[in-house]
Amino acid sequence: MAAKAKGFAVAEPLPASTDASGTSVSVRGLGHSYGDLRTIERLDLDVPAHAALGVVGPSGCGKSTLLELIAGLQEPTRGELLLGEAGDPAGRLSRCAFMPQRDLLLPWLSAIDNAALALRNRGVRRAAARREAGALFERFGLAGFERAKPAELSGGMRQRVAFLRTLVAGKPVLALDEPFASLDAITRAEMQEWLAGALRADPRTVVLVTHDIEEALYLCDRVVVLSARPAKVVTELAAPQPRAPERDDAVTDPAFVAIREQAMHALREASR
Amino acid sequence: MRRWLLPIGLLAALLGAWQIAAGSGALADLLGLESFLVPSPAEIASALWDNRSLLTENAWVTLREMLLGFGCALVLGVAFALAMHLSTTLRDAFGPLIVASQTIPIMVIAPILIVWFGFGIGPKLAIVALICFFPITVNALAGLRSADPEAIKMMRTLDASRLQILWRVDVPTALPQTFSGAKIAAAIAPIGAIFGELAGSDSGLAHLIVQDNAQLQISREFATVVVLAAMALALTGLVALAERRIVTWR
Repeated sequence: MAAKAKGFAVAEPLPASTDASGTSVSVRGLGHSYGDLRTIERLDLDVPAHAALGVVGPSGCGKSTLLELIAGLQEPTRGELLLGEAGDPAGRLSRCAFMPQRDLLLPWLSAIDNAALALRNRGVRRAAARREAGALFERFGLAGFERAKPAELSGGMRQRVAFLRTLVAGKPVLALDEPFASLDAITRAEMQEWLAGALRADPRTVVLVTHDIEEALYLCDRVVVLSARPAKVVTELAAPQPRAPERDDAVTDPAFVAIREQAMHALREASR
Repeated sequence: MRRWLLPIGLLAALLGAWQIAAGSGALADLLGLESFLVPSPAEIASALWDNRSLLTENAWVTLREMLLGFGCALVLGVAFALAMHLSTTLRDAFGPLIVASQTIPIMVIAPILIVWFGFGIGPKLAIVALICFFPITVNALAGLRSADPEAIKMMRTLDASRLQILWRVDVPTALPQTFSGAKIAAAIAPIGAIFGELAGSDSGLAHLIVQDNAQLQISREFATVVVLAAMALALTGLVALAERRIVTWR
């Protein structure tokens, strides 16, 4: 059912984010605890506007918490978080779209109404919201599925609707929490290639949390490896540049493989 | 098909056995009673037909008590559940009282309400609403609180207000469980109406049953019971039908 990634080459730009020049993400001396449980020791991260940062680390090391902090869903215990100029939670919420690990499509809404949620929340009328979100369905390989309920879609399609929903929100920063973790290997590879294309056509500032080092190196400019909880940066790697647009070519490039092994080693050390 | 055939077949077999046992007078002999006190299904059916206008008239009274009481409980129950969902203070204040209200024996309350409000529809409506309120409120509140916290976070990043989250996430999440509560309420609504009428009434199916019993009109009494059961089934069926029309995503 899932359309081939190559089938929806991105030609036109995606929905315009609220500022064309982009928004940087800056994390300074960030610390976070749940009560006595320290989740994040101390983090300093800088993501320039329109750059993509990959975050990998052992399970339960606070990666998801980091994204929720960036998105303004939680407040740090220590330190500072800036999205552009905004440091307060409301300002961060208004600048950052968050794509959770599960697609979290609302089962009672059709695919198009799920994709248009951000517009509806801002008071756009249903017909206008559907028109705006619907314009993207074809490009996302979802044409003809506008009225389908989430239960009628394949895993890859649901994930694309969820990503469409995130993009339609029109926010300059995307926080992606293992967006493809629930997909099978083939669909995941297709979706990675597709996302890389989508971001080339419409750059956003991206923070991508993933278990998959290859995914992080393929989609991001830089990758940080975090330690086990409480999280701190173990090592930071630059992804090989330039990257071949075809995923298969990119990930088999010797330079890519070398950095992947280096990251793998760091991650193994961090997991000890 | 099988789901319908089996219970209908069983019912037909039971009615057939009853018809033979009562129609031949064997059942009355066994109980040591006059045969008119032990009517057969055929006699009950003819009593149903002969008394159709009397039964319809009184069924309408009971049906109105049931429907209005159930409707009041539905509106109040959902309103209470929403209020208690939105306000922790209200939840803490009302929660224990609503549970405690369940310990009030309705048979004891019913006569008092008759004394206060008379033989009209008022006390019956209050009794039906009182017993229907609890399952609706408790289930609706539990349903509202079961919304996926991750979905709520997702909505917050999509600029949703508290009310938009309530309307687009909490309420749809709560619908199936609210309907479960409403189905329980629909099944017990006739019991409330009957208690109300037994405590004091000048019309209604339970009023008719009391009269028939005193006059030894046993076949009409059975006919009345049949009508009452049919009404209870119809109300539960109506709620189930509404659920299928509204909760389409399951």
